[in-house]
Amino acid sequence: MPSVMLRENDKGELTLYVPKKDQEDVIASIEFDTEDAWGGELTLGDGSSFVIDKMPGKPDLPITVRAKRGAEA
Amino acid sequence: MAMSRDEVESLIQEVLEVYPEKAQKNREKHLTPNDPELEQSKKCITSNKKSLPGVMTIRGCAYAGSKGVVWGPIKDMIHISHGPVGCGQYSRAGRRNYYIGTTGVNTFVTMNFTSDFQEKDIVFGGDKKLATLIDEIETLFPLNKGISIQSECPIGLIGDDIEAVSKKKSAEHGKVVVPVRCEGFRGVSQSLGHHIANDAIRDWTLGARDDDNSFPQTDYDVAIIGDYNIGGDAWSSRILLEEMGLRVVAQWSGDGTIAEMELTPKVKLNLVHCYRSMNYISRHMEEKYKIPWMEYNFFGPTKTAESLRAIAAKFDESIQAKCEEVIAKYQPEWEAVVAKYRPRLEGKRVMLYIGGLRPRHVIGAYEDLGMEVVGTGYEFGHNDDYDRTLKEMGDATLLYDDVTGYEFEEFVKRVKPDLIGSGIKEKYIFQKMGVPFRQMHSWDYSGPYHGFDGFAIFARDMDMTLNNPCWGLLQAPWKKSTEAADEAVAASA
Repeated sequence: MPSVMLRENDKGELTLYVPKKDQEDVIASIEFDTEDAWGGELTLGDGSSFVIDKMPGKPDLPITVRAKRGAEA
Repeated sequence: MAMSRDEVESLIQEVLEVYPEKAQKNREKHLTPNDPELEQSKKCITSNKKSLPGVMTIRGCAYAGSKGVVWGPIKDMIHISHGPVGCGQYSRAGRRNYYIGTTGVNTFVTMNFTSDFQEKDIVFGGDKKLATLIDEIETLFPLNKGISIQSECPIGLIGDDIEAVSKKKSAEHGKVVVPVRCEGFRGVSQSLGHHIANDAIRDWTLGARDDDNSFPQTDYDVAIIGDYNIGGDAWSSRILLEEMGLRVVAQWSGDGTIAEMELTPKVKLNLVHCYRSMNYISRHMEEKYKIPWMEYNFFGPTKTAESLRAIAAKFDESIQAKCEEVIAKYQPEWEAVVAKYRPRLEGKRVMLYIGGLRPRHVIGAYEDLGMEVVGTGYEFGHNDDYDRTLKEMGDATLLYDDVTGYEFEEFVKRVKPDLIGSGIKEKYIFQKMGVPFRQMHSWDYSGPYHGFDGFAIFARDMDMTLNNPCWGLLQAPWKKSTEAADEAVAASA
């Protein structure tokens, strides 16, 4: 259960940052991204994924959340 | 004569041949020809991994990262090297973080404060000694604004509770006392020390003025993050920002004070120069205080102008107009520098091996002088540093991570650069090999190199090293005479 930071980079892309590993990657796809639900499974550019709790609407970024490592693609 | 990708690959293989199989496999992942096409560095290079036992690595330790880099330059605090005397004494004042103040009265950067651990402190614990030390500091140096306790290895090993001592003494003296758990054995290099130091700043000092709005704010408040004022770097950066109409509230941490750090959450934008050592605190401030941060690069006129424009773009038109004025004002100055030195340096090839930001940041400055960087590498960079480096370097140039003494020497013998920029541990080896060398960690006792003013000094230094007549005089006289004799024999035959 690493804690990860979600933020938007200069280009406006959503990125995921793992502080323990100093890894930052652009999020390629996000499971829920609608008015009333945000989060779920986040797939990174390289195919690996993280699962975060579903939130009611898009949070104020950047935000630190607990994430579970998803199944390796 | 640039090397092709195949040549670089075969060079790497050749250099690796002397290692045992296991070591070969390990080191192979840290060496690669550059591919600017790649988006992510992890596809071609591995970094931030434990160094191989048995090789000469050039890395430092977590204590070096915290005391030497992040905390050390904060001038009005006293940084106690808590543990045996050597760690603090042998690194004292080595990094040339310039500051204004009266040393020993209201500023303390170049002094060494240590608890000088002895056998009995290891056996019975050093907390009492630490408490006494803090009391003595308060008596002898009453103008200090706070104390940080920089742990050396034994503190973590014997399990001292420096946090408890800090809290008690902080309450007693009414000053900030920050315990930093930066024992040298933590992590693989000084990089973790930066992280630990950032976390300590976050936990113990940053929020001090959260409920205090007495500090007058403007829309143009910025903080310089990750500039350690080596040889005056932060000053030559600061004047450019101020001329542009911005107000620099804090310098982290070169020539910085604890008050500046506590005020940083009030700024509008954090300007990050050394990404590696201070991105952590910038990210934290972005999340907690919603202060955006951006990276910039003040090495060489091209990059400086580019960065100034990027910074101005974050503000309104009055700043942008002044930014153009500033760039125009300095243009004749740096053009004269380029005109003077470029003909002397054109086409020279440089190899770099440095720390956190310079392996990629100084490339632009060399290019402004018509020089080419043919190899670069980080002592303690992470993946994200290499991500940013790939684009800066040419195709099939050499990249090396945590290079060993042997590998670096072999690379230099084969690539034959005209100049090497690296640290003090490499300096004398290469100078004895007859290769011009600049010590790029502390600018070889020169500087500043940042900004337009710094570029003039940078160009002069590179010229004075590269075109120094001494390099042709390095061969031992008896070797020369035999060669001359051989020639004479050959000629007479």
